[in-house]
Amino acid sequence: MNILDDLFINIGQWWTNLLSETLSLQDGVVTVINGLIGGLILALLGVVMVLALTYMERKVFSRLQDRIGPNRWGPLGIFQAVCDAIKMLTKEDIVPDKADKLLFNLAPILMVIPAVLLYAALPFGRGMVGSNLSVGVLYVVGIGSLTGIAVMTAGWSSNNKYGLLGAFRVVAQLVSYEIPMVLSMASVVLLTGSMSLVDIVEKQTIPNFVLMPVAFFIYTTAAMAELGRSPFDLLEADSEIVAGYFIEYSGMKFALFFLAEYINLFAVAGLITTMFLGGWQWPILPGWLWFFIKTFVVIFFFIWMRGSWPRFRIDHMLNFAWKFLVPLALANIMVVALVDKLLQDTGEAVRAAALLSSNILLIIITLAVVAWAGRRSRNVKLEAIVGAR
Amino acid sequence: MSVEQGVFIVLSAITLIGAWIVISNRNLYRAALGMVLSFFGVAGLYALLNAGFLAVAQVLIYIGAISILIIFAIMLTRKIMDREAVQSNNQWVISALVALALFGVIGYTLAFRVADSWAVSDAGLPSEAVAALGEALVTTYALPFEVASVLLLVALVGAIVIAREK
Repeated sequence: MNILDDLFINIGQWWTNLLSETLSLQDGVVTVINGLIGGLILALLGVVMVLALTYMERKVFSRLQDRIGPNRWGPLGIFQAVCDAIKMLTKEDIVPDKADKLLFNLAPILMVIPAVLLYAALPFGRGMVGSNLSVGVLYVVGIGSLTGIAVMTAGWSSNNKYGLLGAFRVVAQLVSYEIPMVLSMASVVLLTGSMSLVDIVEKQTIPNFVLMPVAFFIYTTAAMAELGRSPFDLLEADSEIVAGYFIEYSGMKFALFFLAEYINLFAVAGLITTMFLGGWQWPILPGWLWFFIKTFVVIFFFIWMRGSWPRFRIDHMLNFAWKFLVPLALANIMVVALVDKLLQDTGEAVRAAALLSSNILLIIITLAVVAWAGRRSRNVKLEAIVGAR
Repeated sequence: MSVEQGVFIVLSAITLIGAWIVISNRNLYRAALGMVLSFFGVAGLYALLNAGFLAVAQVLIYIGAISILIIFAIMLTRKIMDREAVQSNNQWVISALVALALFGVIGYTLAFRVADSWAVSDAGLPSEAVAALGEALVTTYALPFEVASVLLLVALVGAIVIAREK
């Protein structure tokens, strides 16, 4: 079990020894080579994950809709992703006549870069992290906010009004949902006492989603919106703005947007695993396997949500962020800070119980407030109808 | 030349090229993207100086928030999206003079006043810079921190009041 657990670390150790002792290279050179190889592996991992995720998404989604899904090439159609890739590569590359050509070509690349950069901070297993940044959480948020610029560049340079509308929606959506997302991350940081993602995993003897279900709910919801996945897929709502910001893209450039979407999906699911589900910590199986299992469970949940919910209306989506998630996130951070500080000296079990019960209380209060507000708005509408008659 | 110096030159070049795109490009959207590039160079310089928190905050605030705001403002302003926007207005003489004077003052100070007396601290790098920064913000600098928060809150409320439909 230990051999399996440290499998990749041992391979890395062997490789470093090979470079530094057998080939007797200088330490600096070895660091540079290892850095380049690590970066390449992480970037390729993202692309390989896209192949797996597109297949999984299509298969699970069609099962949810009572269809079979891809079933032509290979057993259960597992080579479908390869067909898609070849199709994308051979499609005609169309650039609109009045597009800003430089930015039009730059936007898909700008889209993929931040998605790949996210992998640098993800702890895949014990000691398996690209770079253990002391500001890991903040790094993830900062890199995530770059997507907005890429999307706006794509929407604007296409010289298409639907593209521009999609870009406008992106700003409204990404910027709004960034706030509850950061606030729920802050409660995790508060509890851990560190912004390093490695520390966050190591300190979760009890996974954070048990201690802070409210923060978990807020983060998962906001992450879904940041990814632009259904029910928050307003930025590419096909029935309203015909795919939005990437309306004019075709062939490989379109594929890059697709790629970025799925690379992001895996990275964000990995972040949820890291921050709330205990990362690679769990008994019996090796840590890195647990990380992937948990991440794929989160991704399955995302696909499930996509299959179950209709798309939000844009005003509802913004109201949901500003009038529900942001106040709830603020209340949550106050509750976590208070409980954590008041019970600083008591045992871990007491603290965990107090955190969980205060969170449940917060959920009950929230549901009561929401029910009251809903009843009131229904009454107002009802009175307006009755009054009109 | 050490590795750090090489990285410094590359990052400075990125910053300066970005800044040059900002002032020379007639297309405002491209100018805004040039500014993003310039901010990235500055973030890289922070990272080079072991100020990880500042580097990430630079990316988060200047690129993730301010640049997006500027791009949004550009998109929402009429006629400014034209490819042939005018780069200067009738105040360019005065602003050129002010910029030149500022450059003169900074250049004079750097060249003649502090050339040989850069204060260099012997203290090692703090291992937990973020924690120290957070503690300083709520103890030593609590008042400026709170005043800045109130200022931002007032700006937020003011923006909503001005923009709200009557």
